Amino acid sequence: MGTLTYFPGCSLKDNAKRFEDAAFFVMEQLGSPLLELEKWTCCGTVYSLTSDDLMHQIAPVRNFVRAQQAGSDEIVALCAMCYNTLARTSQRINADEEERTKINAFMNKEPDYEGSVRVRHLLQVLRDNVGWATLTDKAVRSLEGLKVAAYYGCTLVRPDEVGIDDMEHPVVMADALEAVGAEPVTFPFEAECCGTYQIVDEPHLALEQSGRILRSAVRAGAHAIVTACPLCQHNLEQAVGALSEGGVEGIKNIQVVYFTELLAAALGADEGNLTPAVRDLLAACVPAEGGV
Amino acid sequence: MADEKLTQIYIMGKAYDVPVGVTIMDAMEYAGYRFIRGAGCRSGFCGACGTVYRREGEYRLEFVLACQEMVEEGMHLTQLPFTPAPRSDYTLSELDPSENVLLQHYPEVARCVSCNTCTKACPQEIEVMDYVQAALRGDLERVAELSFDCISCGLCAMRCPADIKHYHVAQMARRLHSVSDSPIPEHLKTRMGELESGAFRVELDELVSMDLDGLKAKYAKRVIEKEEVAT
Repeated sequence: MGTLTYFPGCSLKDNAKRFEDAAFFVMEQLGSPLLELEKWTCCGTVYSLTSDDLMHQIAPVRNFVRAQQAGSDEIVALCAMCYNTLARTSQRINADEEERTKINAFMNKEPDYEGSVRVRHLLQVLRDNVGWATLTDKAVRSLEGLKVAAYYGCTLVRPDEVGIDDMEHPVVMADALEAVGAEPVTFPFEAECCGTYQIVDEPHLALEQSGRILRSAVRAGAHAIVTACPLCQHNLEQAVGALSEGGVEGIKNIQVVYFTELLAAALGADEGNLTPAVRDLLAACVPAEGGV
Repeated sequence: MADEKLTQIYIMGKAYDVPVGVTIMDAMEYAGYRFIRGAGCRSGFCGACGTVYRREGEYRLEFVLACQEMVEEGMHLTQLPFTPAPRSDYTLSELDPSENVLLQHYPEVARCVSCNTCTKACPQEIEVMDYVQAALRGDLERVAELSFDCISCGLCAMRCPADIKHYHVAQMARRLHSVSDSPIPEHLKTRMGELESGAFRVELDELVSMDLDGLKAKYAKRVIEKEEVAT
């Protein structure tokens, strides 16, 4: 499979650095290192639904041009929101020659986008290219005994045309975690919205949403709720704080971590490179040093 | 110079015959403009003479420095020597060089849609949009590196559909990066030591005590750049 052309996104260079650091480690261990695009811009953040407003497709398209210049026809994203925005633009602009022509005309003296770059999420790469058996083989630290609530949110699975799995009952993240020995719990809020950027202007709405998701994971007996999105992660962390302060039982013991952090722990990341949350979680595992 | 070759350009819509092979700035002075502002170093470093032009028959605007660009037949031009872009007030030593500091002072950075119009407006050929994107994610080092050649002409800000103040953002990033992540260079320490020990006091006192005519005479005789001697 070789090297993967990786699109980070702004949050992964900022408050979600550990999401990225762990992903770099995981893919290095699996023999398909992530190679960051030398130049990239904001993904666009939210996919523009306006049919005649091509300006908001420029940011994603510019990243495709840069992948194209790097000799790659595929971008791998980690952040669920970046994945969603990039994947939808890629599908739309790859299929619509007229829109592509308009965008290329606007970009003017710059290189044209040829319309052949596709976008995948790292979880798809793990499932479709690496495979769960390889993940199991490469694991050196067992996560046995660790109960995890794989939380997908919206943008990984909706809308259907870019969803990386079944939009009602996705399994891809749970399968990845199960491959390294963790025990996924069943919880009905796995694909509910976390409240997204309402956390800025209407925090009570986001906390209510995220709180509901958290309580469901706790009821299911999870030690950790596992995410693939810096914004979901942020909202859930905020909700842990708010509900714990509100005296809701069992909430303060649940950890919110990125799926790459747990995979990195399983694939042998140094103790020193693990966050306190992940170290706490490893303590919950059945001691089985030396392999799964 | 009766045999001087002339070419026609348009300054703010009015036609002028100006000499071939001179800069826009010289051509404007030839046409009778006298610069009180909008001209500075005349060497492409100060950023005072930002200029926009269009070639005859083209729809696209081009962005240059009047002191650096030669006139061409049929150029339609005007100077944009100043951009009234607001600059954030801050005390460098009191800033926390965290990821969000640029956004706190210049929140409009988040409105960038990567249109790249700023990059196309830059007479210094800086990748302006790329440093704005780096600013968005708080990468001070990259902003500082990419914007190093910025002369603050302001043409990027004049063109931006999102009203970003690129050059002010970049200046803030360079300042933050230099105080937080870069060692103080030896030559700067040496020069600061010289200043503190009064190395240029005599020359400065001489200037302060001169009368206006004396100052004018000294200014007229100043050496701007030492002639390079071929070896």
